[in-house]
Amino acid sequence: MPENCIYITRSSAIAARALAGEMMVMNSVDSTFFTLNEVATAIFQAADGHTPLREIVRDRVCGQFDIDPEQALADAEQFVAELSSHGILLVSNQPLASEAP
Amino acid sequence: MSLMSEVGQKAFNLGVPIAVHMDVTYRCNERCVHCYLDHDDHGELTTAEVKDVLDQLAEAGVFFITFSGGEVFMRRDFFEIVEYARRLMFNVKIKTNAVMIHEDDARRIRELGVDTIQISVYSHRPEVHDAITKLPHSFERTIKAIRFLREQGLRVTIANVLMTANSFDHSEVQKLAAELGVQYTLDPTITPMMDGDTSVLSLRIPGEELPEIFHNPALVGNQDEFCAPPKPPSEEDLEGYSCSAGHSFCYISPYGDVFPCVQFPLPTGNIRHQKFLDIWNFSPEMKEVRSIQAKDLTVCSSCSHVGSCTRCPGLAYMEGSMRGPSTADCEKSFYRTGVPTANMLQQGLSKPRTTIPLIQIRSIAVPA
Repeated sequence: MPENCIYITRSSAIAARALAGEMMVMNSVDSTFFTLNEVATAIFQAADGHTPLREIVRDRVCGQFDIDPEQALADAEQFVAELSSHGILLVSNQPLASEAP
Repeated sequence: MSLMSEVGQKAFNLGVPIAVHMDVTYRCNERCVHCYLDHDDHGELTTAEVKDVLDQLAEAGVFFITFSGGEVFMRRDFFEIVEYARRLMFNVKIKTNAVMIHEDDARRIRELGVDTIQISVYSHRPEVHDAITKLPHSFERTIKAIRFLREQGLRVTIANVLMTANSFDHSEVQKLAAELGVQYTLDPTITPMMDGDTSVLSLRIPGEELPEIFHNPALVGNQDEFCAPPKPPSEEDLEGYSCSAGHSFCYISPYGDVFPCVQFPLPTGNIRHQKFLDIWNFSPEMKEVRSIQAKDLTVCSSCSHVGSCTRCPGLAYMEGSMRGPSTADCEKSFYRTGVPTANMLQQGLSKPRTTIPLIQIRSIAVPA
């Protein structure tokens, strides 16, 4: 596993819904409201806390949109940083612990 | 245009029901003198049925859901419903009298990520508030609950319905809201009861008192703009629609009946018998509501206020025609600007005459 792996999870404080391919996201803590474009929506929907961001970008972004992988990862990291600063995404260098059966 | 308005317009254009108002019960622990509801339970949706509705609403693209009543906390499963809605990632707003909210409940509401709680407060004077709710100590309990909610950092709005008994209290209620650190909203509309009983309309503040409200900058913001005479209607105004009812918004009753709006008692279907999206997309009534543009209105299309009036198609429907005027809104337009409406001129009136709505919300009779 690469050392710089980051894992992203959607905060439980948010509301989200897709409207014509774009995701509406609102944080209930401060009512900040965002709409995410198609690429950002793909990353947001894959934010399960278990899949490394690099893998999400490779499979969900580069696999579906014609984007340079390194540029896509850099853009994704910037997007994740912005959404995490608003409490929309939670970022960790560890995957989420699996729930007990 | 704000991002939120842009998204609202997009949903409107696409016909996506982005917001739904859902009354989960008509039962209530208060007996407000102006309330239009029948508080008996005539067969509310079960917990499982509500969850199924929420699944369907999420699939239909609903983002904002308002849970109201009755008093929502009369349902013992209310937290279970909110928790389920939040798991489906709805933006949840709650309307309540807050009497049943204690410290632990406030914490739970915060933990569930509820967006806003709107609470009815009628007066800053406990005796006036309690006389309206007919529940002793309700003022004290409601205010205590607002403090619990604020301690949790939750956003609270005080809704101040104005009627004859409290018509002079709005300034003090507004001050109370500021002291509590919450938002304030005012509503001068009293509607008839569900069974058609119009006696509650006598509680409406007289139209002559509306100018005092409409010319109060603390309530309406920029008074000059708010009270400006209407501009001549443009082609765009005449191509426009009244509101979001049936376009991007609808109402669901505790019995599963679907209406274009909480104030528009035109039955369009029942989710116990049809899928929500089938009602939304294919109900002839929804389609009819959706089709009406300002140019189609029988009287209002020739009214100078048509571009700026708050005409409610639901109130117009209650008066007899969803394409007709809503006298309550004619009254507001007149007292806001001093300019007579087409409805008044047609009747040769120098001031509005409040008519009595005739049709009220009733359950849809579905053959067995």
